[in-house]
Amino acid sequence: MANLDDKKQLAGVIGYFEGEESLLHAMVQVRDAKYHYFDAFTPYPVHGMDAAQGLKRSPLPFVTFAAGLTGCSIGFLLQYWTSAVDWPINVGGKPLNSWPAFIPVIFECTILFAGLATVGAMFILNGLPNIRRKSFSPRLTQDRFAILIEAPIQSESEEKFKPFYEVEVSEFLKKAGAQDIKSVYTEGWF
Amino acid sequence: MATPSDVIPFHSEVYVTGDKTLKDVNQDVSNPLENFPTKIWWVCFSFALFAIAIWAFTVTAVVVTGQGVLGLNQPNGWGTDITNFVFWVGIGHAGTLISAILFLFRQKWRTAINRSAEAMTIFAVITALTFPLLHTGRPWYACFWLLPYPNQRHLWVNFRSPLLWDVFAVSTYFTISLVFWFVGLIPDLASVRDRSKNSIRKFIYTILSLGWRGSNKNWSHYEMAYMILAGLSAPLVLSVHTIVSFDFAVSVIPGWHTTIFPPYFVAGAIFSGFAMVVTLLVIMREVFHFKNYITLEHLEKMNKVILATGMIVGYAYSCEFFIAWYSGSPFERFAFINRAFGPYWWAYWIMASCNVLVPQIFWFRAARRSIPTMFVVSLFVNVGMWFERYVIVVTSLHRDFLPSSWSYYAPTWYDWGWTFGSFGLFFALFLLFVRFLPTIAMAEVKGVLAQQKSHGSSHQEVSVHG
Repeated sequence: MANLDDKKQLAGVIGYFEGEESLLHAMVQVRDAKYHYFDAFTPYPVHGMDAAQGLKRSPLPFVTFAAGLTGCSIGFLLQYWTSAVDWPINVGGKPLNSWPAFIPVIFECTILFAGLATVGAMFILNGLPNIRRKSFSPRLTQDRFAILIEAPIQSESEEKFKPFYEVEVSEFLKKAGAQDIKSVYTEGWF
Repeated sequence: MATPSDVIPFHSEVYVTGDKTLKDVNQDVSNPLENFPTKIWWVCFSFALFAIAIWAFTVTAVVVTGQGVLGLNQPNGWGTDITNFVFWVGIGHAGTLISAILFLFRQKWRTAINRSAEAMTIFAVITALTFPLLHTGRPWYACFWLLPYPNQRHLWVNFRSPLLWDVFAVSTYFTISLVFWFVGLIPDLASVRDRSKNSIRKFIYTILSLGWRGSNKNWSHYEMAYMILAGLSAPLVLSVHTIVSFDFAVSVIPGWHTTIFPPYFVAGAIFSGFAMVVTLLVIMREVFHFKNYITLEHLEKMNKVILATGMIVGYAYSCEFFIAWYSGSPFERFAFINRAFGPYWWAYWIMASCNVLVPQIFWFRAARRSIPTMFVVSLFVNVGMWFERYVIVVTSLHRDFLPSSWSYYAPTWYDWGWTFGSFGLFFALFLLFVRFLPTIAMAEVKGVLAQQKSHGSSHQEVSVHG
């Protein structure tokens, strides 16, 4: 058994909570204790959790804006180049660069680029898809809540963060109100 | 002395009845996909397959024999092809309205119905797309004509044509709606994955859920992406039916060439779409026992939207007549008098009575909350809105500028066949959806449920003080 345990590397300690209020209170304590890596797991987005966890606002709107501008320009340039440069055709006496007629397609290209880029960026930021990930507990997507405090990789541990000791972290989570505490080990997918 | 009903604040309406816990939500919503389909499901699915068979037969005839089997003639070149296209695209709009616009307005009641309404959007757009593709005559060449790409002929599509705007609008609408729907599904697919005992089901939902674990860092980006998609979809849905109306309004045909078309079409689309949502939900909540999630409150709110948009549509009908008279254009005046009293008077009055008169019953609360009444009204509205598009397409075309070419357009059995068959296509896709995917947005309902509970407890607190 000892050999098996040696192979497994400690990844962190997870504490389970039954309600979102106790989770929020515990999260504030974890945040203030300045652990290096921690995260909450909830079946639905809990209101106020981002603040309790000290998360910054997601940078996605910038991606949307940039992609929207790109789509807008591509939409216009495509129509301008095909209608006025590559094969100029006089349609009903309209000017070759009849930009008011190009607005609908410009608009649709803006939305298409912005929407797809937003979702793509969200997937990248969230590390999706990664189907080798397993749930810590099947109830986490049903009606249970959890806080995971991760063990930092040795080379990364820095002065300003609270050091990670398995026993101490378990005690900490218990004091913070966790009803069930488990250690999590890496399985190559973490 | 405050009575409990005085204390409950306005925003703490009850969205989920029956004292459901978070676990119950998973149990109730996942039930249809974890059990063998019921008899009712099989009966419905067989009907849908039967309609698809008719659709396939008609489409084969149209493709193999040609457009001649349809009732199209000179000058009626659009017929049921375009009628059905506009009808189905319109049906889809309610889904985006519910999922995006009501989300931005923080209408929490949408959580119970948004998933199925979005699914309806996607299936309606798929159904709609079959019509213009078949209308091209040779759909296997359609992609060469419709999309701009470098080709041997060195030709490009005509970007000044509203028909091409339509290609961009509808394909963007389909793509964004599909992505929006899928993003909303991810957490629920993970729920289904985590509770499945069958290994094949677990494998499939593991892939579909992309490895979602409900980490709050993920939720943070996820919620932002969802909100942005809602913000993008809201103007998108308005643009789509606006551009569909441009297919008509940008032309010079009397009865089509009117500036009221974009708002009139959008209101009509929401009107018909909500009617279709009511039709589907009344059946769904009955068959799958979702009465605690899709409550009478939800249905009543939708009926109010039907009443409001029905009146906008009614206003548009009368406004068109006023402008036809006020413009002083004899062509315009003829087109409208002919529309109401010409050879297609019957279609016009079916449209007007189904869309304007029938929904007026929703002024009465008892009617808004009666399941049989709303079901019948929703069917009438569906019929009325189909005829609205029929009236617009046919009445303006059959009397063109050259009286010697005037003729009557009568749909043939092939026209009715693919119209009927398109319902089969739509319902078959919807039935597969309710069989394999969670039909209620579980994660969102849980969020609402949690809020409902916390408001409930604060209400108790207040009553104690009172």
